[in-house]
Amino acid sequence: MYDVAEIRREFPILGREVNGRPLVYLDNAATSQKPRRVIETLTEHYERHNANIKRGVHRLAEESTAAYEDARKKAARFIGAPDSTGLIFTRGTTESVNLVAYAWGRKNLREGDEIVLTESEHHSNLVPWQLAARATGAMLRFIPIREDGTLDMDEARRLIGPKTKLVACIHASNVLATVNPVERLAEMAHEHDALMLVDGAQSAPHLPVDVQSLGCDFFAASGHKMLGPTGVGFLWGRTEILEEMDPFLGGGEMIREVHLDHSTWNDIPHKFEAGTMNVAQAIGLGAAVDYLENLGMDNVREHERRLGEYAYRRLSEIEDIVIYGPKQGRTGVLSFNLPEVHPHDLSQLLDEEGIAIRSGHHCCQPLMRRLGVAATSRASFYLYNTQEEVDAFVAAVTRAREFFGAFA
Amino acid sequence: MMRELYTQVIMDHYKRPRNHGEIEGADLHEHLLNPLCGDEVTIYAVFDGDTVADVKFSGRGCSISQASASMMTERLVGKSREEVEREIGEFKGMMTGEKDFPEDDDLAALKGVIQYPSRIRCATLAWTAFQRGLEEQG
Repeated sequence: MYDVAEIRREFPILGREVNGRPLVYLDNAATSQKPRRVIETLTEHYERHNANIKRGVHRLAEESTAAYEDARKKAARFIGAPDSTGLIFTRGTTESVNLVAYAWGRKNLREGDEIVLTESEHHSNLVPWQLAARATGAMLRFIPIREDGTLDMDEARRLIGPKTKLVACIHASNVLATVNPVERLAEMAHEHDALMLVDGAQSAPHLPVDVQSLGCDFFAASGHKMLGPTGVGFLWGRTEILEEMDPFLGGGEMIREVHLDHSTWNDIPHKFEAGTMNVAQAIGLGAAVDYLENLGMDNVREHERRLGEYAYRRLSEIEDIVIYGPKQGRTGVLSFNLPEVHPHDLSQLLDEEGIAIRSGHHCCQPLMRRLGVAATSRASFYLYNTQEEVDAFVAAVTRAREFFGAFA
Repeated sequence: MMRELYTQVIMDHYKRPRNHGEIEGADLHEHLLNPLCGDEVTIYAVFDGDTVADVKFSGRGCSISQASASMMTERLVGKSREEVEREIGEFKGMMTGEKDFPEDDDLAALKGVIQYPSRIRCATLAWTAFQRGLEEQG
Protein backbone atom coordinates (compact mmCIF):
# COMPACT_ATOMS: atom_id res chain seq x y z
CA MET A 1 0.00 0.00 0.00
CA TYR A 2 1.52 3.29 -1.16
CA ASP A 3 0.73 5.79 1.61
CA VAL A 4 1.77 9.31 0.58
CA ALA A 5 0.89 10.83 3.96
CA GLU A 6 3.18 8.36 5.69
CA ILE A 7 5.95 8.97 3.13
CA ARG A 8 5.70 12.73 3.63
CA ARG A 9 6.31 12.36 7.35
CA GLU A 10 9.73 10.91 6.49
CA PHE A 11 10.78 14.19 4.82
CA PRO A 12 11.32 16.89 7.47
CA ILE A 13 11.53 19.75 4.94
CA LEU A 14 8.01 19.08 3.67
CA GLY A 15 6.73 20.34 7.00
CA ARG A 16 8.07 23.86 6.54
CA GLU A 17 6.26 26.96 5.40
CA VAL A 18 7.21 29.46 2.70
CA ASN A 19 5.60 32.91 2.79
CA GLY A 20 3.18 31.67 5.42
CA ARG A 21 1.96 28.75 3.28
CA PRO A 22 2.84 25.09 3.42
CA LEU A 23 5.73 24.40 1.05
CA VAL A 24 4.64 22.78 -2.22
CA TYR A 25 7.90 21.52 -3.68
CA LEU A 26 7.60 20.91 -7.43
CA ASP A 27 11.22 21.33 -8.52
CA ASN A 28 12.20 17.69 -8.20
CA ALA A 29 13.80 17.42 -11.62
CA ALA A 30 16.39 19.90 -10.31
CA THR A 31 16.93 18.15 -7.00
CA SER A 32 14.90 15.97 -4.65
CA GLN A 33 14.30 16.40 -0.93
CA LYS A 34 15.87 13.96 1.54
CA PRO A 35 14.19 11.50 3.86
CA ARG A 36 15.15 11.45 7.53
CA ARG A 37 16.95 8.14 7.02
CA VAL A 38 19.42 9.73 4.58
CA ILE A 39 20.02 12.77 6.81
CA GLU A 40 20.56 10.51 9.84
CA THR A 41 22.95 8.30 7.89
CA LEU A 42 25.14 11.33 7.16
CA THR A 43 25.05 12.42 10.80
CA GLU A 44 25.77 8.94 12.08
CA HIS A 45 28.71 8.57 9.74
CA TYR A 46 30.29 11.78 11.00
CA GLU A 47 29.44 11.13 14.65
CA ARG A 48 30.58 7.50 14.80
CA HIS A 49 32.57 6.20 11.84
CA ASN A 50 34.31 9.02 9.98
CA ALA A 51 37.77 8.20 8.59
CA ASN A 52 39.45 8.25 5.22
CA ILE A 53 38.74 5.07 3.35
CA LYS A 54 40.80 2.19 1.99
CA ARG A 55 44.27 3.02 3.34
CA GLY A 56 43.83 3.16 7.09
CA VAL A 57 44.43 0.10 9.26
CA HIS A 58 42.27 1.09 12.19
CA ARG A 59 38.71 0.50 13.26
CA LEU A 60 37.16 3.69 11.90
CA ALA A 61 38.88 3.32 8.53
CA GLU A 62 37.64 -0.26 8.31
CA GLU A 63 34.08 0.79 9.15
CA SER A 64 34.06 3.72 6.72
CA THR A 65 35.53 1.61 3.93
CA ALA A 66 33.00 -1.15 4.50
CA ALA A 67 30.08 1.31 4.48
CA TYR A 68 31.38 2.99 1.30
CA GLU A 69 31.81 -0.33 -0.52
CA ASP A 70 28.42 -1.46 0.73
CA ALA A 71 26.88 1.68 -0.84
CA ARG A 72 28.58 0.76 -4.11
CA LYS A 73 26.92 -2.67 -4.02
CA LYS A 74 23.52 -1.10 -3.27
CA ALA A 75 23.79 1.38 -6.16
CA ALA A 76 24.87 -1.41 -8.53
CA ARG A 77 22.00 -3.65 -7.47
CA PHE A 78 19.55 -0.74 -7.79
CA ILE A 79 20.24 -0.41 -11.54
CA GLY A 80 20.46 -4.16 -12.15
CA ALA A 81 24.22 -4.20 -12.77
CA PRO A 82 25.69 -7.72 -12.92
CA ASP A 83 28.25 -6.81 -10.24
CA SER A 84 29.59 -3.73 -8.48
CA THR A 85 33.10 -3.58 -10.01
CA GLY A 86 31.68 -1.54 -12.90
CA LEU A 87 30.09 1.01 -10.54
CA ILE A 88 32.21 4.15 -10.17
CA PHE A 89 31.27 6.90 -7.75
CA THR A 90 31.46 10.40 -9.24
CA ARG A 91 30.12 13.83 -8.31
CA GLY A 92 27.06 13.21 -10.47
CA THR A 93 25.78 12.65 -13.99
CA THR A 94 27.80 15.52 -15.44
CA GLU A 95 31.08 14.14 -14.13
CA SER A 96 30.09 10.62 -15.21
CA VAL A 97 29.54 11.68 -18.81
CA ASN A 98 32.74 13.73 -18.78
CA LEU A 99 34.60 10.68 -17.50
CA VAL A 100 33.49 8.61 -20.50
CA ALA A 101 33.97 11.46 -22.99
CA TYR A 102 37.51 11.94 -21.71
CA ALA A 103 38.77 8.50 -20.70
CA TRP A 104 37.03 6.52 -23.45
CA GLY A 105 36.55 9.28 -26.04
CA ARG A 106 40.10 10.63 -26.24
CA LYS A 107 41.48 7.11 -26.65
CA ASN A 108 38.97 5.67 -29.11
CA LEU A 109 37.61 8.50 -31.27
CA ARG A 110 39.30 9.41 -34.55
CA GLU A 111 38.70 11.93 -37.30
CA GLY A 112 35.67 10.87 -39.34
CA ASP A 113 34.08 8.94 -36.46
CA GLU A 114 30.59 9.95 -35.43
CA ILE A 115 28.91 10.40 -32.06
CA VAL A 116 25.11 10.27 -32.27
CA LEU A 117 23.12 12.35 -29.74
CA THR A 118 19.60 13.79 -29.78
CA GLU A 119 18.13 17.28 -30.06
CA SER A 120 16.78 17.03 -26.54
CA GLU A 121 20.03 16.44 -24.61
CA HIS A 122 20.75 18.20 -21.36
CA HIS A 123 23.93 20.30 -21.69
CA SER A 124 25.69 17.71 -19.52
CA ASN A 125 25.27 15.06 -22.23
CA LEU A 126 26.13 17.46 -25.05
CA VAL A 127 29.01 19.74 -24.07
CA PRO A 128 31.37 16.87 -23.00
CA TRP A 129 30.88 15.38 -26.49
CA GLN A 130 31.52 18.73 -28.15
CA LEU A 131 34.83 18.85 -26.26
CA ALA A 132 35.67 15.25 -27.21
CA ALA A 133 34.80 15.95 -30.84
CA ARG A 134 36.99 19.04 -30.90
CA ALA A 135 39.90 17.11 -29.40
CA THR A 136 39.65 14.12 -31.75
CA GLY A 137 38.10 15.40 -35.00
CA ALA A 138 35.02 13.23 -34.52
CA MET A 139 31.64 14.60 -35.67
CA LEU A 140 28.39 15.00 -33.75
CA ARG A 141 25.06 13.88 -35.25
CA PHE A 142 21.64 14.57 -33.76
CA ILE A 143 18.50 12.46 -33.80
CA PRO A 144 15.61 14.92 -34.21
CA ILE A 145 12.49 14.95 -32.06
CA ARG A 146 8.99 14.86 -33.51
CA GLU A 147 6.38 17.49 -32.75
CA ASP A 148 5.22 15.64 -29.64
CA GLY A 149 8.76 15.49 -28.25
CA THR A 150 9.36 11.79 -28.92
CA LEU A 151 12.45 10.70 -30.84
CA ASP A 152 12.22 10.22 -34.60
CA MET A 153 13.34 6.59 -34.64
CA ASP A 154 13.34 6.39 -38.47
CA GLU A 155 15.95 9.16 -38.47
CA ALA A 156 17.79 7.33 -35.68
CA ARG A 157 18.06 4.26 -37.92
CA ARG A 158 19.37 6.43 -40.76
CA LEU A 159 21.90 8.30 -38.58
CA ILE A 160 23.35 5.33 -36.69
CA GLY A 161 25.68 3.63 -39.14
CA PRO A 162 29.17 2.29 -39.78
CA LYS A 163 30.84 5.58 -38.81
CA THR A 164 29.05 5.68 -35.45
CA LYS A 165 31.30 4.94 -32.49
CA LEU A 166 28.95 5.94 -29.69
CA VAL A 167 25.28 6.78 -29.17
CA ALA A 168 24.49 8.88 -26.08
CA CYS A 169 20.96 9.72 -25.06
CA ILE A 170 18.93 10.90 -22.09
CA HIS A 171 16.75 8.09 -20.76
CA ALA A 172 14.02 10.48 -19.58
CA SER A 173 13.73 14.16 -20.55
CA ASN A 174 13.87 16.90 -17.91
CA VAL A 175 11.70 19.07 -20.18
CA LEU A 176 9.50 16.91 -22.41
CA ALA A 177 8.43 14.23 -19.90
CA THR A 178 9.37 11.57 -22.44
CA VAL A 179 10.98 8.20 -21.75
CA ASN A 180 13.21 7.45 -24.74
CA PRO A 181 13.44 3.92 -26.22
CA VAL A 182 17.12 3.63 -25.30
CA GLU A 183 17.04 -0.18 -25.56
CA ARG A 184 16.26 0.15 -29.27
CA LEU A 185 19.01 2.74 -29.70
CA ALA A 186 21.39 0.33 -27.94
CA GLU A 187 20.47 -2.40 -30.43
CA MET A 188 21.07 -0.05 -33.36
CA ALA A 189 24.41 1.04 -31.89
CA HIS A 190 25.54 -2.54 -31.32
CA GLU A 191 24.62 -3.55 -34.88
CA HIS A 192 27.43 -1.20 -35.91
CA ASP A 193 29.80 -2.11 -33.05
CA ALA A 194 29.20 1.28 -31.44
CA LEU A 195 28.70 1.80 -27.70
CA MET A 196 25.58 3.11 -25.97
CA LEU A 197 25.63 5.61 -23.10
CA VAL A 198 22.41 6.29 -21.23
CA ASP A 199 22.07 9.52 -19.20
CA GLY A 200 19.85 8.33 -16.38
CA ALA A 201 19.70 11.56 -14.35
CA GLN A 202 15.93 11.78 -14.84
CA SER A 203 15.17 8.05 -14.96
CA ALA A 204 17.02 6.40 -12.09
CA PRO A 205 15.05 8.42 -9.47
CA HIS A 206 11.69 7.71 -11.09
CA LEU A 207 11.58 4.42 -13.04
CA PRO A 208 12.71 0.86 -12.47
CA VAL A 209 16.08 0.65 -14.25
CA ASP A 210 17.86 -2.50 -15.36
CA VAL A 211 21.02 -1.78 -17.30
CA GLN A 212 21.18 -5.37 -18.55
CA SER A 213 17.75 -5.26 -20.17
CA LEU A 214 18.44 -1.74 -21.51
CA GLY A 215 21.51 -3.27 -23.14
CA CYS A 216 23.57 -0.13 -22.60
CA ASP A 217 27.34 0.02 -22.09
CA PHE A 218 27.37 3.05 -19.78
CA PHE A 219 24.71 4.41 -17.42
CA ALA A 220 25.10 7.70 -15.52
CA ALA A 221 23.02 9.12 -12.67
CA SER A 222 23.03 11.71 -9.87
CA GLY A 223 22.43 10.87 -6.21
CA HIS A 224 20.87 14.18 -5.23
CA LYS A 225 17.96 13.71 -7.64
CA MET A 226 17.11 10.34 -6.07
CA LEU A 227 16.83 11.31 -2.39
CA GLY A 228 20.60 11.19 -1.80
CA PRO A 229 23.00 13.96 -0.79
CA THR A 230 24.56 16.40 -3.25
CA GLY A 231 28.12 15.71 -4.36
CA VAL A 232 27.67 12.08 -5.30
CA GLY A 233 26.47 10.18 -8.33
CA PHE A 234 27.72 7.25 -10.32
CA LEU A 235 28.77 5.85 -13.64
CA TRP A 236 28.18 2.21 -14.40
CA GLY A 237 30.11 0.72 -17.29
CA ARG A 238 30.72 -2.73 -18.72
CA THR A 239 33.81 -3.98 -16.95
CA GLU A 240 35.64 -5.09 -20.11
CA ILE A 241 35.26 -1.56 -21.54
CA LEU A 242 36.26 0.17 -18.29
CA GLU A 243 39.36 -2.01 -18.04
CA GLU A 244 40.56 -0.87 -21.47
CA MET A 245 39.99 2.82 -20.72
CA ASP A 246 42.67 5.23 -19.54
CA PRO A 247 42.21 6.95 -16.16
CA PHE A 248 40.22 10.18 -15.95
CA LEU A 249 41.82 11.99 -12.98
CA GLY A 250 45.23 11.11 -11.59
CA GLY A 251 46.11 11.03 -7.90
CA GLY A 252 45.75 8.90 -4.80
CA GLU A 253 44.01 5.53 -4.76
CA MET A 254 43.65 5.23 -8.53
CA ILE A 255 47.25 3.97 -8.76
CA ARG A 256 48.96 0.64 -8.23
CA GLU A 257 52.61 1.66 -8.37
CA VAL A 258 54.03 5.15 -8.70
CA HIS A 259 57.56 5.99 -9.87
CA LEU A 260 58.94 9.45 -10.47
CA ASP A 261 58.41 9.18 -14.20
CA HIS A 262 55.50 6.78 -14.59
CA SER A 263 52.72 4.92 -12.78
CA THR A 264 50.49 1.90 -13.18
CA TRP A 265 46.79 1.85 -12.49
CA ASN A 266 44.64 0.28 -9.82
CA ASP A 267 41.88 -2.18 -10.74
CA ILE A 268 38.43 -0.89 -11.67
CA PRO A 269 36.44 0.75 -10.21
CA HIS A 270 39.24 2.29 -8.09
CA LYS A 271 41.18 3.30 -11.22
CA PHE A 272 38.54 6.00 -11.74
CA GLU A 273 38.24 7.20 -8.13
CA ALA A 274 41.20 9.52 -7.62
CA GLY A 275 41.67 11.40 -4.37
CA THR A 276 39.42 11.30 -1.32
CA MET A 277 35.92 10.63 -2.54
CA ASN A 278 32.69 12.06 -1.11
CA VAL A 279 32.57 9.20 1.38
CA ALA A 280 29.70 10.32 3.62
CA GLN A 281 27.61 11.29 0.59
CA ALA A 282 28.15 7.92 -1.09
CA ILE A 283 27.05 6.17 2.11
CA GLY A 284 24.05 8.52 2.20
CA LEU A 285 23.23 7.53 -1.37
CA GLY A 286 23.23 3.91 -0.21
CA ALA A 287 20.59 4.83 2.38
CA ALA A 288 18.54 6.60 -0.32
CA VAL A 289 18.66 3.48 -2.49
CA ASP A 290 17.47 1.39 0.47
CA TYR A 291 14.56 3.78 0.91
CA LEU A 292 13.58 3.65 -2.79
CA GLU A 293 13.85 -0.13 -2.94
CA ASN A 294 11.70 -0.44 0.12
CA LEU A 295 8.99 1.67 -1.55
CA GLY A 296 9.41 -0.25 -4.80
CA MET A 297 10.31 1.58 -8.02
CA ASP A 298 7.23 0.19 -9.78
CA ASN A 299 5.09 1.86 -7.12
CA VAL A 300 7.03 5.13 -7.42
CA ARG A 301 6.59 5.10 -11.21
CA GLU A 302 2.87 4.37 -10.91
CA HIS A 303 2.34 7.16 -8.36
CA GLU A 304 4.15 9.69 -10.54
CA ARG A 305 2.45 8.55 -13.73
CA ARG A 306 -0.97 9.05 -12.13
CA LEU A 307 0.01 12.42 -10.66
CA GLY A 308 1.63 13.56 -13.94
CA GLU A 309 -1.44 12.61 -15.98
CA TYR A 310 -3.75 14.31 -13.50
CA ALA A 311 -1.65 17.49 -13.58
CA TYR A 312 -1.51 17.40 -17.39
CA ARG A 313 -5.32 17.12 -17.56
CA ARG A 314 -5.93 19.89 -15.02
CA LEU A 315 -3.37 22.29 -16.54
CA SER A 316 -4.74 21.66 -20.06
CA GLU A 317 -7.99 23.27 -18.93
CA ILE A 318 -6.27 26.67 -18.74
CA GLU A 319 -6.98 28.71 -21.85
CA ASP A 320 -4.09 29.29 -24.31
CA ILE A 321 -1.63 27.20 -22.31
CA VAL A 322 1.06 25.30 -24.24
CA ILE A 323 2.26 22.07 -22.63
CA TYR A 324 5.35 20.41 -24.13
CA GLY A 325 5.82 16.72 -24.79
CA PRO A 326 3.52 13.80 -25.60
CA LYS A 327 0.01 13.22 -24.25
CA GLN A 328 0.71 9.61 -23.25
CA GLY A 329 3.51 7.81 -21.47
CA ARG A 330 4.66 10.88 -19.58
CA THR A 331 6.89 11.11 -16.54
CA GLY A 332 6.13 13.50 -13.67
CA VAL A 333 7.62 16.48 -15.53
CA LEU A 334 5.36 19.25 -16.83
CA SER A 335 6.86 22.05 -18.96
CA PHE A 336 4.55 24.74 -20.22
CA ASN A 337 4.13 28.34 -21.29
CA LEU A 338 1.38 30.87 -20.89
CA PRO A 339 1.39 33.53 -23.62
CA GLU A 340 0.61 36.29 -21.11
CA VAL A 341 3.07 35.40 -18.35
CA HIS A 342 6.82 35.02 -18.67
CA PRO A 343 8.16 31.91 -16.84
CA HIS A 344 10.25 34.03 -14.47
CA ASP A 345 7.25 36.05 -13.44
CA LEU A 346 5.18 32.92 -12.98
CA SER A 347 7.81 31.32 -10.71
CA GLN A 348 7.90 34.44 -8.61
CA LEU A 349 4.14 34.65 -8.26
CA LEU A 350 3.94 30.96 -7.32
CA ASP A 351 6.74 31.37 -4.79
CA GLU A 352 4.57 33.94 -3.08
CA GLU A 353 2.13 31.09 -2.42
CA GLY A 354 4.85 28.74 -1.21
CA ILE A 355 4.97 26.79 -4.49
CA ALA A 356 8.43 26.02 -5.90
CA ILE A 357 8.67 25.47 -9.66
CA ARG A 358 11.50 26.08 -12.10
CA SER A 359 11.68 28.54 -14.97
CA GLY A 360 14.32 28.95 -17.63
CA HIS A 361 16.01 26.86 -20.30
CA HIS A 362 16.57 23.86 -17.96
CA CYS A 363 20.12 23.43 -19.33
CA CYS A 364 18.61 22.52 -22.72
CA GLN A 365 19.24 25.59 -24.88
CA PRO A 366 19.23 23.66 -28.20
CA LEU A 367 15.91 22.06 -27.25
CA MET A 368 14.47 25.49 -26.35
CA ARG A 369 15.48 26.72 -29.83
CA ARG A 370 13.82 23.64 -31.35
CA LEU A 371 10.64 24.43 -29.41
CA GLY A 372 10.91 28.08 -30.48
CA VAL A 373 10.99 29.53 -26.97
CA ALA A 374 13.58 31.21 -24.74
CA ALA A 375 12.32 29.51 -21.61
CA THR A 376 9.55 27.40 -20.14
CA SER A 377 8.00 26.99 -16.73
CA ARG A 378 8.36 23.52 -15.27
CA ALA A 379 6.68 21.67 -12.44
CA SER A 380 8.20 18.27 -11.65
CA PHE A 381 6.71 15.75 -9.26
CA TYR A 382 8.18 13.08 -7.06
CA LEU A 383 7.12 10.24 -4.84
CA TYR A 384 5.97 12.53 -2.01
CA ASN A 385 3.78 14.93 -4.02
CA THR A 386 0.01 14.77 -3.73
CA GLN A 387 -3.07 15.48 -5.80
CA GLU A 388 -3.88 18.36 -3.40
CA GLU A 389 -0.52 19.92 -4.28
CA VAL A 390 -1.34 19.64 -7.97
CA ASP A 391 -4.65 21.40 -7.29
CA ALA A 392 -2.87 24.19 -5.37
CA PHE A 393 -0.39 24.56 -8.22
CA VAL A 394 -3.06 24.73 -10.95
CA ALA A 395 -5.08 27.25 -8.92
CA ALA A 396 -1.99 29.44 -8.45
CA VAL A 397 -1.16 29.31 -12.18
CA THR A 398 -4.74 30.34 -12.94
CA ARG A 399 -4.48 33.27 -10.51
CA ALA A 400 -1.14 34.37 -12.00
CA ARG A 401 -2.68 34.38 -15.46
CA GLU A 402 -5.59 36.48 -14.24
CA PHE A 403 -3.22 38.84 -12.42
CA PHE A 404 -1.17 39.51 -15.55
CA GLY A 405 -4.27 39.67 -17.73
CA ALA A 406 -5.70 42.39 -15.49
CA PHE A 407 -3.01 44.85 -16.61
CA ALA A 408 -4.37 45.30 -20.11
CA MET B 1 2.89 40.56 -0.20
CA MET B 2 5.26 40.07 -3.06
CA ARG B 3 2.61 40.89 -5.62
CA GLU B 4 3.65 44.45 -4.71
CA LEU B 5 6.76 43.84 -6.83
CA TYR B 6 4.49 43.96 -9.85
CA THR B 7 3.44 47.55 -9.41
CA GLN B 8 1.23 49.43 -11.83
CA VAL B 9 4.34 51.29 -13.04
CA ILE B 10 6.25 48.11 -13.87
CA MET B 11 3.26 46.46 -15.51
CA ASP B 12 2.61 49.60 -17.53
CA HIS B 13 6.18 49.67 -18.90
CA TYR B 14 5.93 45.91 -19.55
CA LYS B 15 2.64 46.04 -21.41
CA ARG B 16 3.34 49.37 -23.17
CA PRO B 17 7.11 49.56 -23.47
CA ARG B 18 8.50 52.98 -24.39
CA ASN B 19 10.96 53.20 -27.27
CA HIS B 20 10.48 49.58 -28.27
CA GLY B 21 11.84 48.80 -31.71
CA GLU B 22 14.97 48.94 -33.80
CA ILE B 23 17.06 51.72 -35.31
CA GLU B 24 18.62 51.03 -38.68
CA GLY B 25 22.27 52.13 -38.80
CA ALA B 26 22.40 53.08 -35.11
CA ASP B 27 25.74 54.36 -33.74
CA LEU B 28 25.46 51.91 -30.85
CA HIS B 29 24.03 48.44 -31.37
CA GLU B 30 24.51 45.87 -28.60
CA HIS B 31 22.89 42.47 -28.09
CA LEU B 32 23.01 40.76 -24.69
CA LEU B 33 21.74 37.42 -23.43
CA ASN B 34 20.94 36.53 -19.84
CA PRO B 35 22.43 33.03 -19.68
CA LEU B 36 20.35 32.28 -16.59
CA CYS B 37 17.04 32.31 -18.42
CA GLY B 38 17.70 32.87 -22.11
CA ASP B 39 16.18 36.35 -22.05
CA GLU B 40 17.70 38.74 -24.56
CA VAL B 41 17.82 42.43 -25.29
CA THR B 42 19.27 44.56 -28.07
CA ILE B 43 19.97 48.25 -27.48
CA TYR B 44 20.18 50.81 -30.30
CA ALA B 45 21.35 54.38 -29.75
CA VAL B 46 21.93 57.35 -32.03
CA PHE B 47 24.27 60.13 -30.92
CA ASP B 48 24.16 63.79 -31.84
CA GLY B 49 27.75 64.75 -31.10
CA ASP B 50 28.21 63.69 -27.50
CA THR B 51 24.50 63.51 -26.72
CA VAL B 52 22.15 60.52 -26.91
CA ALA B 53 19.57 61.64 -29.46
CA ASP B 54 17.53 58.42 -29.61
CA VAL B 55 17.45 55.02 -27.86
CA LYS B 56 15.42 51.95 -28.67
CA PHE B 57 15.38 48.37 -27.44
CA SER B 58 14.12 45.05 -28.72
CA GLY B 59 14.15 41.53 -27.34
CA ARG B 60 12.13 39.22 -25.19
CA GLY B 61 12.05 38.67 -21.49
CA CYS B 62 10.23 38.86 -18.21
CA SER B 63 8.31 41.86 -16.95
CA ILE B 64 11.26 43.10 -14.89
CA SER B 65 13.80 43.00 -17.72
CA GLN B 66 11.43 44.59 -20.23
CA ALA B 67 10.15 47.29 -17.87
CA SER B 68 13.67 48.18 -16.78
CA ALA B 69 14.78 48.48 -20.43
CA SER B 70 11.81 50.71 -21.17
CA MET B 71 12.59 52.97 -18.19
CA MET B 72 16.24 53.13 -19.18
CA THR B 73 15.45 54.43 -22.66
CA GLU B 74 13.36 57.24 -21.17
CA ARG B 75 16.04 58.15 -18.69
CA LEU B 76 19.04 58.21 -21.02
CA VAL B 77 17.74 60.25 -23.97
CA GLY B 78 19.33 63.69 -24.00
CA LYS B 79 22.22 62.69 -21.74
CA SER B 80 25.93 63.01 -22.62
CA ARG B 81 28.16 59.95 -22.74
CA GLU B 82 29.63 60.83 -19.39
CA GLU B 83 26.17 61.27 -17.89
CA VAL B 84 25.01 57.96 -19.37
CA GLU B 85 27.97 56.14 -17.83
CA ARG B 86 27.23 57.73 -14.49
CA GLU B 87 23.51 56.83 -14.76
CA ILE B 88 24.32 53.20 -15.51
CA GLY B 89 26.76 53.04 -12.60
CA GLU B 90 24.18 54.60 -10.28
CA PHE B 91 21.44 52.24 -11.40
CA LYS B 92 23.67 49.22 -10.76
CA GLY B 93 24.48 50.73 -7.36
CA MET B 94 20.74 50.93 -6.63
CA MET B 95 20.32 47.27 -7.54
CA THR B 96 23.11 46.26 -5.15
CA GLY B 97 21.67 48.42 -2.39
CA GLU B 98 24.60 50.89 -2.40
CA LYS B 99 22.65 53.83 -3.85
CA ASP B 100 19.20 55.24 -3.17
CA PHE B 101 16.43 55.05 -5.74
CA PRO B 102 15.21 58.42 -7.05
CA GLU B 103 11.82 59.26 -5.53
CA ASP B 104 10.54 61.14 -8.56
CA ASP B 105 11.29 58.60 -11.30
CA ASP B 106 9.63 55.40 -12.52
CA LEU B 107 12.87 53.64 -11.59
CA ALA B 108 11.71 53.74 -7.98
CA ALA B 109 9.26 50.99 -8.92
CA LEU B 110 12.19 48.60 -9.35
CA LYS B 111 13.21 48.94 -5.72
CA GLY B 112 11.32 45.79 -4.80
CA VAL B 113 13.55 43.72 -7.07
CA ILE B 114 16.54 43.94 -4.75
CA GLN B 115 14.83 41.54 -2.34
CA TYR B 116 15.05 38.87 -5.04
CA PRO B 117 18.72 38.44 -5.95
CA SER B 118 17.95 36.05 -8.83
CA ARG B 119 15.96 38.81 -10.52
CA ILE B 120 18.58 41.57 -10.26
CA ARG B 121 20.23 40.38 -13.46
CA CYS B 122 16.87 40.74 -15.21
CA ALA B 123 16.69 44.38 -14.13
CA THR B 124 20.26 45.22 -15.13
CA LEU B 125 20.28 43.39 -18.50
CA ALA B 126 19.50 46.39 -20.73
CA TRP B 127 21.77 48.70 -18.73
CA THR B 128 24.69 46.29 -19.03
CA ALA B 129 24.06 46.05 -22.77
CA PHE B 130 24.22 49.84 -23.11
CA GLN B 131 27.40 49.92 -21.02
CA ARG B 132 29.05 47.26 -23.22
CA GLY B 133 28.00 49.17 -26.31
CA LEU B 134 29.71 52.30 -24.99
CA GLU B 135 32.86 50.37 -24.09
CA GLU B 136 33.06 48.93 -27.60
CA GLN B 137 32.76 52.38 -29.10
CA GLY B 138 35.80 53.35 -26.98
